[in-house]
Amino acid sequence: MEKLSNGANLKRQMMLDSLFRLTTRVFAFLVLALLVGILISLVIGAMPSIRHFGWGFLTSTEWDPVSENYGAVVPIFGTLVTSFIALLIGVPVSFGIAIFLTEICPPLLKRPLGIAVELLAGIPSIIYGMWGLFVFAPLFGDHVQPWIMENLGEWPLVGFLFQGAPMGIGIFTAGLILAIMVIPFIASVMRDVFEVVPPMLKESAYGLGGTTWEVIRNVVLPYTKTGVIGGIMLGLGRALGETMAVTFVIGNSTNLSTSLFDAGNSIASALANEFAEATGEFHMAALIELGLILFFITFVVLSCSKLLLLQLKKQEGRNS
Amino acid sequence: MMTTTLTARSSNTDRTMSAHPSKYSRNNAIYARRRFVNGFNMTASLLAMGFGLFWLAWILYTLLAHGLAGMNVDVFTRITPPPGSEGGLINAIAGSLKMTFFGTLLGTPIGILAGVYLAEFGERGWLAPATRFINDILLSAPSIVIGLFIYEMYVVTMGHFSGWAGALALSLLVIPVVVRTTESMLRLVPNSLREAAIALGAPQWKVTMYVTLRSAKAGVITGILLAVARISGETAPLLFTALNNQFWSGMNQPMANLPIVIFQFAMSPYEDWHALAWAGALLITLSVLTLNIIARWLGRQKTQSH
Repeated sequence: MEKLSNGANLKRQMMLDSLFRLTTRVFAFLVLALLVGILISLVIGAMPSIRHFGWGFLTSTEWDPVSENYGAVVPIFGTLVTSFIALLIGVPVSFGIAIFLTEICPPLLKRPLGIAVELLAGIPSIIYGMWGLFVFAPLFGDHVQPWIMENLGEWPLVGFLFQGAPMGIGIFTAGLILAIMVIPFIASVMRDVFEVVPPMLKESAYGLGGTTWEVIRNVVLPYTKTGVIGGIMLGLGRALGETMAVTFVIGNSTNLSTSLFDAGNSIASALANEFAEATGEFHMAALIELGLILFFITFVVLSCSKLLLLQLKKQEGRNS
Repeated sequence: MMTTTLTARSSNTDRTMSAHPSKYSRNNAIYARRRFVNGFNMTASLLAMGFGLFWLAWILYTLLAHGLAGMNVDVFTRITPPPGSEGGLINAIAGSLKMTFFGTLLGTPIGILAGVYLAEFGERGWLAPATRFINDILLSAPSIVIGLFIYEMYVVTMGHFSGWAGALALSLLVIPVVVRTTESMLRLVPNSLREAAIALGAPQWKVTMYVTLRSAKAGVITGILLAVARISGETAPLLFTALNNQFWSGMNQPMANLPIVIFQFAMSPYEDWHALAWAGALLITLSVLTLNIIARWLGRQKTQSH
């Protein structure tokens, strides 16, 4: 009798087990399905615009809700340029911060400074936007921009970048604020990958008489190359999709301008500003198609970053 | 001919004669340059650190100065005002709390279970690596696209914006964070614990629920706190899901929430709206940073006890 109930119990537990395993499997699958779901729903939502504008959507600079004529060039251009500026400023600074934290920071300050950098990452993006609009842009527009325009605006090759009215807001300001936002992300990845370099390698280089910089340049960087690039791509992924910080300061203009000080538009800021009020037949579909393009770009960038970081991990496993 | 060889020879002997000093001086020059390059780059790195801290200090200072100026009892007792009259943010605060709560409630179990699969059962097959990969991408996917997705799936189907749509969008942001931390925390649990439980005859689900997950509890809670911190500052996914509301509302209606009220008030031309926006911004930042610090503190306790 007891044996029988034991057998039944065992059977029940085995059933519960496979049920449990199945449940976790289903939820893991759900995460996967989420991405596919996002893609499908965006494609469906963008269908009217895709059908109507075709590939022309990607080459037209028009964005006119009145005549229902939409093209994605201005927002894509804004997204790419602001992210590029963000990386141009953010990468060297992050690199410096990572070197400081791993190589020259006194041990006592290591934790507090590391936390400070991570706090910078924790501040909600809307705060960056508000700060940019109310504090940074007026100062920049009153004191820095006129000076730059006066001194660089007439230069033959780069002068066109610094034309326009010194409003404080615009593509450059958006890029700079994005840079401040992505610095903590890139810096913390770089710090983490710098820390996986085996001390033996570094000490050998020091033993040969290398300076700190030479050790970083010739030992640490080659060893962590893929990880560093992965971190940069991660920062790029963040910068491309950032909405609120950019929306506040980019100026939301639908005209294409070559000047960095002019107002522009990014994909995310166009969505944030226009989506809730989109009424025309193609307006909403065009906005969703912009979202689809943004998702596609970030997907590619983030995949590359992930693959590079995975490669570093593999290499690390082989060496140890 | 003669002279040239002579001078050549003499210069040769010169070189041999003075070989040591010139070699030293050349070495010294190289050495000085290396030191200079090193010093220059290390100074630059120090400056970079200063650059980062400078913005952090400036932003926090601005936030405190404006936020404290806009803070008063009304903020916590009255609802959002029309321009020109007095009011507070209580409906927005409540809306944010509600949506964050339901978002976390929806997202956490999904995240934990998926994380359990990745850590415990995902050894073989394609599903685990694929999920891990996609999860990491979702972790940094643009949150505004998540908003678009919920708009397409929920708002369009239901025909109106609602607090539930907002909570759903937030829950999709919770999932990847919880999956990631749950998996890495479960991986820290020593295998001997699992083996001990299995040797006692415990079924797999009991091992996971009562042994593995329980011993990784602090880490999993850290992940949940980080997820809450992340969604409580998010604006973009709420723009076309929860929308906004000037008054109190239920979860089935458009719902006021702090980030969007801040956005609306800050972009407006009215001074008193600006003051409220700063007060709200201070509230959000303080809560996000507090959550972050608690999470980190918990995480450290965990790693130290191991």
